Amino acid sequence: MAAASLAAQVTPLDARAPVAAVAFLGQVPALALGDGTVLLATPGTERRIAAHPDGTILVAVGSGDKFITGGDDGRVVAASQDGGVQEIADEKGKWIDSLAARGDGSIAWSSGKNVRARDHDGGLKTFAAPSSVRGLAFMPKGFRIAIAHYDGASLWFPNAAAPPDLFKWKGSHLAITASPDSRFLATSMQENSLHAWRVADKKDMRMSGYTAKTRSLSWSFDGHWLATSGADAAVIWPFKDKDGPINKAPLECGVRGAKVTCVAFHPKTLVVAQGYEDGLLLLCRIPDGAEILVRAAPKDARAITALAWDHAGSRLLFGGADGAAGLLAMPT
Amino acid sequence: MAEKIPVTVLTGYLGAGKTTLLNRILSEDHGRKFAVIVNEFGEIGIDNDLVVGADEEVFEMNNGCICCTVRGDLIRIVEGLLKRKGKFDAILVETTGLADPAPVAQTFFVDADVREAAQLDAVVTVADAKWFCERLKDAPEAKNQIAFADVIILNKTDLVGADEVSEIEAHIRAINPYAKLHKTVKCDVPLEAVLGRNAFDLRRILEIEPEFLDGEDDHEHEHEHAHHGLKHYHDEDIQSVALSIEGDIDPEKFVPWLQDYVQREDASILRAKGILSFKNEPKRFVFQGVHMLLDGDLQREWKPRERRLSRLVFIGRNLKKDEITRGFMSCVA
Repeated sequence: MAAASLAAQVTPLDARAPVAAVAFLGQVPALALGDGTVLLATPGTERRIAAHPDGTILVAVGSGDKFITGGDDGRVVAASQDGGVQEIADEKGKWIDSLAARGDGSIAWSSGKNVRARDHDGGLKTFAAPSSVRGLAFMPKGFRIAIAHYDGASLWFPNAAAPPDLFKWKGSHLAITASPDSRFLATSMQENSLHAWRVADKKDMRMSGYTAKTRSLSWSFDGHWLATSGADAAVIWPFKDKDGPINKAPLECGVRGAKVTCVAFHPKTLVVAQGYEDGLLLLCRIPDGAEILVRAAPKDARAITALAWDHAGSRLLFGGADGAAGLLAMPT
Repeated sequence: MAEKIPVTVLTGYLGAGKTTLLNRILSEDHGRKFAVIVNEFGEIGIDNDLVVGADEEVFEMNNGCICCTVRGDLIRIVEGLLKRKGKFDAILVETTGLADPAPVAQTFFVDADVREAAQLDAVVTVADAKWFCERLKDAPEAKNQIAFADVIILNKTDLVGADEVSEIEAHIRAINPYAKLHKTVKCDVPLEAVLGRNAFDLRRILEIEPEFLDGEDDHEHEHEHAHHGLKHYHDEDIQSVALSIEGDIDPEKFVPWLQDYVQREDASILRAKGILSFKNEPKRFVFQGVHMLLDGDLQREWKPRERRLSRLVFIGRNLKKDEITRGFMSCVA
């Protein structure tokens, strides 16, 4: 067990509904919830925004001072830190299955096979993927979107006439992410494994050994490491070298008899926050694996489902499947 | 752990009456709230329930087994439904008329997250009495749906004579001897005939024993009659093999044999069930399977005066009865 603890630095929050995602909207900690609301959780002045009345938030991502949420009401909504709600799209009842956003205001979402890309001026483009889409990510450079689907992934330039560039690998691809230097694409798969491609030559890399599906992927600030959930430890793959993790073993941080369900690298140092299926939350330092406890596993607690650091890396927001949540203030 | 959400799969060839059954279930005063997964939003409009559109995306698992297909869209939808857990009591999945029920059933075996949260309750197949025999000839899907069923609703029986109904029934029994069969007009069955069957619950397999063995006599002679039998209702394509051995089985031999056999036969075995008496084991071993996916466990104890019979039923295509019999006999303790 961890020698040190930051548990005293945690302000508990009661989200009252399963937490789908968390983000800092500017300085405001915010939680997107299974009951369709966004909770603005500045301690002492909590506010609930009905982003999806009578619906459920399925996916959500932070984008600058807005929380972009997608619901089972078929709507994509931007909830602001001031409590405002703006409807971005209405897919007529089709579930919003995946979402991506970045700070410049561009947003992408998918429902079924349809992927939509909306640039910061509101221009909308549509791409019909070969099969249902499970994951989306913006490439770090250019207006280009990575799309995870069945039998591979596609890289799409919404503003180009050329068809998307296909990266083939048999099976169902779920979450997708691109390395901060755009050299690698990585997906999690139905078969409890990861797949990665080197973008330049589409060289395949398989990363296996997971006991569950990987739901959470997070890059270190320097882009050298990819932290992943889905095993009894945070599995952290080295991507520094030209060949990425080929023929290299990953680091395993925080090995316990419980599965890691969510990971988030600190924005400035090689420290990863990792939540477990039993509600425990740890910080682990790379590469020596030193651990600090943030939250012990409460009795009957459920999995940590969302984690986010603020931009400075001074606060960590977390939420769980049971609606429990908290805000850690790092000691200065 | 929280109660698993029961899932009922409704199959049936085009026009058999699936939508009628679905509306019947939903409109009855049962106090339950359903999440209904449909392929076409059509004539289903129920205020209280959640209707979700699906697109029947079947994909192969990347595990080297070609018959191990799952419904990708179902995995996605069930995951989404769980985020609003507590707001509904059961899931109904309506498949298209041409659908193979196997990928739907297998989804609930293969995907760990789905399996943890939801439990397949039964595959319910609606068959049209008027056209059933035609469909057997020209629609392999219709036959698959019968073979997979735990409950069969033989619908529109008012459109044919009593003789014809019993003939159809015999045809159905030739394909699937152990499903619960209901003869209906306008899918008029009590809800409990369709819902809450626990057909995939190992603890319940022992409760279907009488029917479980019913098929045996019908099928003893199927090979002898296979080429000239008109009045012996057997199916040239899909059959069942039911075996029973008096006395104990050696688990060290049986489990590897069963696993190996269903893997080798791959897609040809559609469903399997069994209740075994293992040597020196006070409890009954019960298993069931879809294609090569097996689920088995020790269940209740044998009763003091109960006959310790070991029984096995396979439903599938071109089953090699002799080979199965030999294999099963070689597992005798």
